[in-house]
Amino acid sequence: MHTIINKKQITLSDPMLDKNLLEFIRENLDLTGTKNGCGIGMCGSCMVLVDDKPVQACRKTVRHIVGKKLLTIEGMALADGNLHPLQQAFVDAGAIQCGFCTPGMVLAAHALLLKNNQPSRDQIRKAIHNNLCRCTGYQQIVDAIEQAAHYYRSQRNTSMHTHKIQHTVADSTSQ
Amino acid sequence: MPDIKQKAWRNDAFAKVTGKAKFADDLKFNGMLHAVPVYTDYVHARIEGIDVEQARNMEGVVAVLTAADVPGQIRWGQIQQDYHMLCEDKIRYNGDVIALIVAESREQALAAMPHVTIKARPLPKVLDAEQAMQPDAPLVHDDKGTNLVVHHKVRRGDPAEIDKKHDITVEHRFETQFVEHAYIEPESAVCVPRGDGVMEVYGSMQHPFSTRRFVAAMMGVSLNEVEVISIPMGGGFGGKDDTSAIVCARAALAASITGCPVKMTYDREWSMRESYKRHPYRVDYKMNVAKDGTIRAVKTRIVADAGAYCSVTPWVTWRSTVQCCGPYSVPNVHCDVYGVHTNNVFTGAMRGFGSPQMNFVIEQMVEEAAEQCGMDGVAFRRKNMLRQGEETITGQKLDGHTVSLEQVMDEVITAIDYHKKLKPCSRGKANGDKLYGIGLAVSYRGMSLGAEGKDFCAAIINVQFDGSILLESGIHENGQGSESAFILLLAREMGVNHDRIRYRRSSTSVIPDSGTTVASRGTLMGGGAVVNAARKLKSMMAETVAAQLGCDAQHIVFDGEHLRAKDSGKSISFDETIREMYQKQNFPHAFGVFKSPKVSWNEETGQGKAYFTWVYGCQAVELQVDARNGRVKLLNAVAAHDVGRAVNPPMVLGQYYGGMAMGMGYGLKEAVQINDGKISNDNFNHYHIARATDMPDMKAIIIENADPLSPSRAKGIGEPTNEIMAPAIANAVYNATGVRYYTSPITIEI
Repeated sequence: MHTIINKKQITLSDPMLDKNLLEFIRENLDLTGTKNGCGIGMCGSCMVLVDDKPVQACRKTVRHIVGKKLLTIEGMALADGNLHPLQQAFVDAGAIQCGFCTPGMVLAAHALLLKNNQPSRDQIRKAIHNNLCRCTGYQQIVDAIEQAAHYYRSQRNTSMHTHKIQHTVADSTSQ
Repeated sequence: MPDIKQKAWRNDAFAKVTGKAKFADDLKFNGMLHAVPVYTDYVHARIEGIDVEQARNMEGVVAVLTAADVPGQIRWGQIQQDYHMLCEDKIRYNGDVIALIVAESREQALAAMPHVTIKARPLPKVLDAEQAMQPDAPLVHDDKGTNLVVHHKVRRGDPAEIDKKHDITVEHRFETQFVEHAYIEPESAVCVPRGDGVMEVYGSMQHPFSTRRFVAAMMGVSLNEVEVISIPMGGGFGGKDDTSAIVCARAALAASITGCPVKMTYDREWSMRESYKRHPYRVDYKMNVAKDGTIRAVKTRIVADAGAYCSVTPWVTWRSTVQCCGPYSVPNVHCDVYGVHTNNVFTGAMRGFGSPQMNFVIEQMVEEAAEQCGMDGVAFRRKNMLRQGEETITGQKLDGHTVSLEQVMDEVITAIDYHKKLKPCSRGKANGDKLYGIGLAVSYRGMSLGAEGKDFCAAIINVQFDGSILLESGIHENGQGSESAFILLLAREMGVNHDRIRYRRSSTSVIPDSGTTVASRGTLMGGGAVVNAARKLKSMMAETVAAQLGCDAQHIVFDGEHLRAKDSGKSISFDETIREMYQKQNFPHAFGVFKSPKVSWNEETGQGKAYFTWVYGCQAVELQVDARNGRVKLLNAVAAHDVGRAVNPPMVLGQYYGGMAMGMGYGLKEAVQINDGKISNDNFNHYHIARATDMPDMKAIIIENADPLSPSRAKGIGEPTNEIMAPAIANAVYNATGVRYYTSPITIEI
């Protein structure tokens, strides 16, 4: 049994499967960027992505990630160690105060932007509706996500572009 | 597209956005044990025995501690030492803790929780502050002989004017609710007994020095035997003082007795059950007004529910006393404020600190009085508002800073187009299913502690041989961005780039006790200390190179990473100057202090110079009420506050938006439900704070009238933004529905 956690394959054993996913992430994997704010899935501090979908880890067990891809905040930064543009947008927009909700908030935003890279401000607010923040009043978080959407659009264009080129090459080969 | 005009900068942003920032519960130490608290079902009861034997024998349990195990003080507190950190004689509220279970794992500690048993005799409860003031009421603290915690008053002007019949008298009773701070990180502490006998404390707390006092008191050791180390903390809003300090003290007790590091992390339910709340107020308020709209007199009686312990009730209620008439000139005032013990959850500091309750009252009273005078609320405010050089109700002349109330009000009125939007307000006549309303509120707020406490703060600048700078201060980073603000202030003062400065997270063993990081005083007091330290350092540096630059030290300016002679333009780099200082065996090290200018208070008359400076603010909201179900939707919100000087503008904006969202919750959503002394909504499924979908896009207007009494010219902003949203909403709800709501949170009945 395997899972892919932040791009690394991990082997899971049977006794682990019923462990609470949040405890597993924090204690077994030492990935403490995922936080515990309420323990009942109402605050989003423990939000992680499972196959690109937002999940509140405190409400799941390890079984939920078997054969799937788990992304925690520690896996967000780019391969070269630089901040992901979404993270940079959070910094630039002043979207960070105490920082306790930030990891979950970034992941909720990432899930949205992977799905919809041109969200309206209302759509952004709905997408982070499950993530509580007591410091910021959300406005600069919404600003950050709106700003970061540029990057997701440019990525999509690039990947479509790349895809097109490959297609052209394939076409020319077949000719 | 969002308009990010200025990119924000914070020294801790990278750590927080990558998940690398280590909060208390993220820390691990070798051999670390885990502690949990034990509560009882009682609200008020005499303890006859606590049986810990069964729990002690459970697997993994290392110790079960009760009051009998406390070597030092069992009772502590910031003002009165009445808080039982572990209960010995009585249960005074449902959040009281009778024992700590310390085990090898948290699971084992949790498993043992139900196995601590208590034998107790229930006592009659008192759950209403008014009833608690009656002579035959049950006593919460037998040794105090009374439930009265404090009585503040204001006596101003002619008593006959107060009772005499006036042209217009508006009189109402208002009630406000218990409010939870709802910091997203629950309390957590990790205590590590060090080989040299010092107890090291890492905690989610907003006041390391207060925490140190609680820990040292409980352990019965001197202050230098406890070192509280600042780490990132997940929000406080005034709520991470007493309870957080007590959690740290309990973890320290467990660490001391077991000799092992101990972590004590709270569940949300424990946090909401045990931690103090914002005081609920019952306010009887009478305002006498002349026909021309001049306020003649105010009489008010205010009863605040202090709950089971004193905490900072005398200070919270003192601010309510000073600010009981809002920013208006009132010649005759009779004000009594009582803080009273009950068996409810105790109440203490929360963002606003006694002002949100009073502003909810005053700003509605003012609108109602205006209406009865046939005046517009804004015109009524203009007529009565305090202006430059005028006297507050406590006899303080407002001078030494810019009294900018009218300026902030005009900014908001223009930005939201208030007068134009007032006309189409529904006043109860629905357009389809929707009722529309606009409303505003203003306030003034005394900055920092005022006459309630000693107010001074320290900062240390320590420049290294290579020119890099270490800065630390006695103010704690609660998430508001104090560290970044101080770095920016220092960089500007020294004329260097901020990237050469590192903030050194301080500990209680290296910097003097600079008071609590509360009362919107961080930037004002801490920033003042940083600026004063920088000026000392500059003078030392200038002396070092004056001869070289061929001028007097006073004629050297610091900019562009250089020291430059004002007249000749001759310069030397910052780095070279520092090397020169080391060569001459002078440390480029400066200790700076900012002491608040003099304030005064007479407890008998309620007169005095309460605060050395004031912040003026105005907020307005537009909203829609669904006529079918009474649901309120905010459509727009605008705020203007005079912050003196905005040191880090994006972070100032964050204080506006966050304060307004929290204020929206106070006005419309949040209330701790207490049934027969027990809190029933102890998590976010039933206690509803603002979510992203509850808030509209807000407009924040920063007004900067540099404050001459503040070395950095900055004042404070954390609390002002949170104290007038609820009355602005209440006034908008009135303009929408035609109905006034005297109870918060506002629940519209259809």
